[in-house]
Order: sequence, then structure tokens, then C-alpha cells
Amino acid sequence: MASTTQTAPETQTGVKLPVLEREKLILNGRSYHWITERICGVLENRQPLLWWLLFIPSALIAMIGVGGGLTYLVSTGVGVWGMSNRVFWGFDITNFVFWIGIGHAGTLISAVLFLTRQNWRTSINRAAEAMTIFAVMCAGIFPAFHVGRVWFAWFLAPVPNANGIWQNFKSPLLWDVFAVSTYFTVSLIFWFLGMVPDLATIRDRAKPGLRKTLYGIFALGWRGGNRQWSHYEMAYLLLAALSTPLVLSVHSVVSFDFATSVVPGWHTTIFPPYFVAGAIFGGFAMVLTIMVPARFIYGLQDLITMKHIDNMAKIILLTGTIVGYAYLMELFVAFYSGAIYEMDAFKYRIAGPYWWAYAAMMSLNVLSPQVFWFKRCRENLWVIMVVAMCVNVGMWFERFVIIVTTLARMWLPGDWKTYSPSGVELMTFVGTIGMFLALFLLFLKFLPCINIAEVKWTLPESDPHFDDKEHHPDHGVKNEAAYQKELV
Amino acid sequence: MSTTRKRVYGYLAEFKSASALYKAAEKVRDAGFRKWDCYSPYPIHGLDGAMGMKRSILPWFVFFGGITGTATAFTLAYTTQVVIYPTVVQAKPANIFSVPAFFPVMFELTILFSGFTVLFGLLGLIQLPRLNHPLFASKQFHRATDDAFFIAIEARDPKFSPNQTKELLSSIGGENIELVEEED
Repeated sequence: MASTTQTAPETQTGVKLPVLEREKLILNGRSYHWITERICGVLENRQPLLWWLLFIPSALIAMIGVGGGLTYLVSTGVGVWGMSNRVFWGFDITNFVFWIGIGHAGTLISAVLFLTRQNWRTSINRAAEAMTIFAVMCAGIFPAFHVGRVWFAWFLAPVPNANGIWQNFKSPLLWDVFAVSTYFTVSLIFWFLGMVPDLATIRDRAKPGLRKTLYGIFALGWRGGNRQWSHYEMAYLLLAALSTPLVLSVHSVVSFDFATSVVPGWHTTIFPPYFVAGAIFGGFAMVLTIMVPARFIYGLQDLITMKHIDNMAKIILLTGTIVGYAYLMELFVAFYSGAIYEMDAFKYRIAGPYWWAYAAMMSLNVLSPQVFWFKRCRENLWVIMVVAMCVNVGMWFERFVIIVTTLARMWLPGDWKTYSPSGVELMTFVGTIGMFLALFLLFLKFLPCINIAEVKWTLPESDPHFDDKEHHPDHGVKNEAAYQKELV
Repeated sequence: MSTTRKRVYGYLAEFKSASALYKAAEKVRDAGFRKWDCYSPYPIHGLDGAMGMKRSILPWFVFFGGITGTATAFTLAYTTQVVIYPTVVQAKPANIFSVPAFFPVMFELTILFSGFTVLFGLLGLIQLPRLNHPLFASKQFHRATDDAFFIAIEARDPKFSPNQTKELLSSIGGENIELVEEED
């Protein structure tokens, strides 16, 4: 039997309040075809010279830094990194936490904002998800290689070693292996499934040939029939619902690496929420860092509007303030606990030899986003870029402060050491930045950087009742004057 | 003269907007067709109802996929830590009281297995991937992923008749009506 689709007649007769019109997500009344043309144009046209000017150095830095640095590490030994007895975690784990945190904004935009029906996410979610994938790839390098003999990295997988001993499932480090690999896999599925309809668009526009065949294979034969869309939307909803707790769990588990140890400065219950907020904070800064220039270079101003950037700046302000609260609360709890070791750990952070890292963390993460209270600052792209860069650097320093200053000064004075990175460590870190940029530029060149189908869905004419507003007052927005009359 | 035989796939008709497609879908549904579909560049809100379709059963697959993940992780952790090779690390117990420490891995594998079930369950339900489809032979169908809205009624539907179906599509506002044929 056919089901009924008529909406119930309006029964409410009371006074109607005026409805504020929503700011448009897509400017200048662009058509479906314009959206397709513009987004597909990014990858169908020749890339601008700037693309090559960015890509070639990034790829070279990645090859020399990551390729060369790791080759040297593996062929020589983990001692080429500047770590010493006591400070076993230096740049490696700092960079791991830094990169994995960057990924979190992608999942937040694609999953959490989807569940909360924030339609502005549609213009930025694809690029943010790509960023997640690439950031997690950069992150994975460090824990895999810091074990020293990387050919034994399979010890992390749940298979017994030669003596029949299994992994310790009670250890947060093993939880981390599961969390990060699950995160990468599910993010990849989410990213790929979200891209299937758009790959079909590119396939349908391409001339017969290798290009059409390749995009056709990855588009899986998508036709855009509603019998497909119906299941597809359910799949997307399910993945969003699965990714939301996942993203919260990943950085919580990363924070367990520290919080479950009995080390002053690490052993605190505030760590999981503090890490998650910091990850979202740093991730949004990275989204802005790469999307503001990309939007400008490819002329995507009608799709990624100032409204989108304004929203992201507000999220940075919110999460940055949460992070600032966490910093202060850490200090307060250390003081309030009366534990001398705890107090000393924080005194050392603020006034010890690493005071500059602590000062950088505080000023870049907590103070710099405060300019976003002012609308004028949220509208100025230069201010936005400067703050985003400050946050990128500041969040790296946060991880450095947490990891290095704590390990450098533990329980026994005989253990006390200071740490400074070796050239190889620096090279590998700079290499991952190159790798991240190179991968992102390849993404811009070969894949649709904005979700074409979802952006079309946010246009007003995508509503099936767009043409018959008169008959469905529920769906339509009456003009302001009509509401003002009813108000009297 | 071509030697390939052709088989009729069905009629393809274009509609000018999402609203037109929505209203046409209600009429095709009420005419009692079963083997037909609406094609659009993006999912249209409420079209499931207009086509008389049921809610997707994918969540059930994912529910059982997720439970399988939880059970796998629990079995893996409990068997290896408590049954096969109980190892006391940092004086933590190696018995039933170890179970809370297994929760993070149980959670992660629940999500991992659910994620894979979403992927493969979806591909099963929408019967993809496939390399070709009769509709791709149409000259206008490539616009379904750009800015066009179509309804295709298949010839294997029992109510299909070459003339009446075409008339129906044209009476509900279909334009550019095309008989799509597949090579046999």
C-alpha cells in the first residue's frame, strides 16, 4: 500500500513570532549546474602555477624529511633521535599527539555537525575529512618508528609473539593502537562513502577514456536513484553516529597514555576532556589554515562564505577558552591538592628551563583566539590566518610542554635530564608537514574538494515543496510584514 | 546492419525540478508501479514517502555487526589475558576483575565492525559496485548527477506497457521521454 505524504493541516492559531531569515549558505543564487561546474573545475582545469610552486617543495621536503630521516633512523638506530635515559618521549610523541589532534576537526565537522543538523558543514566537510586522513597518516609514522626496531611493529597487532605471549590488553598503549587504527579506518570509510556520488558526477562529465574508467571504478556505478539514496543516507547517518563517540574516544585514549601513569603533571582526571577540546581547537585552526587560501585560489567564495569562516572562528574561540580553563584548572588542582610533587611539576613548567614553551602555549592558545570576540576580527581574513597559525604552533607547544617537561623532571633527582631534539627529529617533523601539504594538494588536484551533492541539497530549491509554498505554510517562510501584522 | 539484439530497459523521463519530481513520484506510486526509481543529483527530503518506500533496514545489519565486534574484542582480551596466558603487569589482576580494562578495546572494535558493516551492508543493499547499467546507455542520463531529475520505469514491471506508460509519464509532466534499451 502506498503511504500518505500529506502533512497535517496547521492547527496552531496563536500569535506567530517573526522568523529571522537564515543567512544564505550559498551566495548569489547559484544554480545546481554552477556548483557542479565550479567544484569539478578545480580538478578538471589545469592547476594554477601556485599549485606547482607549493607542491614541488612540499613533496621534496616530505621525501627528504620523512623518507631520508626515517631511512637514517632505521639504518642507524633510534639513538639518532635526541632522546635520553628518562626522556624517552620527545618530539616523536609530541608530533604524534599533535597530528592526531589535527584530524579531530575533520570528524567533528563531518559527524557531530551532521548529527546536530548544522548545514554549513557541507561546504567544508570534504576537505576537513581529507585533512583527517592525512593527519592520521602523519601521526602514525611517529609511534611506529619510535619503537626503534620498526620491523617488530607487528608486536602491536593482537597476535602472540614467538614465546606465546600476547599483548597486554590492560595497557593504554594497546588501547591506543586499537583506537587510532579504528579511527583511521572508519574515517576512511566515511570519507570514501561521502565521495561516491561526487565521483559519479566527475565520471559522468569525463570523456570516455582512462579518466572516466578510473573515476567510474571508484564511483562504484553510482546512479543517484532514490532507492540508492535512501540506503545511502541511512549509511551516512549511521557512520556519523558511530564516528561521534569514536572521535571522543580516540583523544581520550591518547590522553590515557599519560593520565593512567603515576607521574606528577600527567595523573589527572581532567585529561580526556581537555585533550578532546584541544584537538578540536587545533583541528579547526588547521582547517582554516588550508581552506582560506584554497577558497581564494580556486574562487570558491560563494560556496565557502564568510559565514562559514565566522562559524569556525567562533568554534576556535569556544574551544580555545575551554583549553584555557583546563590550563588554569590544572594549576588550581595542583595547588589545591597540597601534593608537593604535583605543585613542583607545574612550577617547573612555568619557571623551569622550558618556561618559553609554557609561555608560548599560554599566549598562543588562550590569548590569541580572544580577538574572535570582535566581529571585525572574525571578518578579517588576515587576522583569521594569523590566529590560526598561532593556534597551530601553540597546540604543538602544548603537547611539548605536557610530554617533555614532565619527563625531564620526575620523582628522583638522579633522573633529571633536559631534552633537546636532534637534527634528525627536526627533519622528520618538518618532513611530515611537507607530506601533509603534498597529500592535501594531490587531493585538491584529483578529488572533489567540496561535497557537491550535499551543497546542492542546502539550496532552497532543493526542497520538494519549494514551488508550492502557498499551499504548505508550514514549509515556507512568510514575509516579515505578514508576521508583523499578526503580532498586533 | 547491427547484429546486436537490443532489449528494452524502460522509459526515462525528465522532470524540471525537485518539486515536479516529487509530485510525479506520488502519481507513479499511486499507479501501482513497483520497478521504478527517481534519479536526482542529491537526496530529496521526503521522496521515500512519495515513492512508497520503506525505511532502510541497514541499522539492523549494523546492530549485529557491532555486537559481533564487542564479542570479538571481549573474547580476544579475556581469552588471552585470563585463560591462555595470564600475565600480571603492575600488580593488576588477571581474572574476571580485569574486564573493565578491556572496555576501551571492546568499544573500538564495536565501532570498527559497525563501520565495516555500514560499508558492506550498504553496498549489498544498493547492489553496487557494478561496472555498467542499462541507464548509462541513455544520452541524457549523465545529467542526473549534475542538475537533472528523472524517473525511470522498467519494462520488467508487470504494469509496464509501451504506450500507456509513456502517456502516463508525459501526463504527469515528464519531458524528453526516452526508451532506454540495453544490449543483450
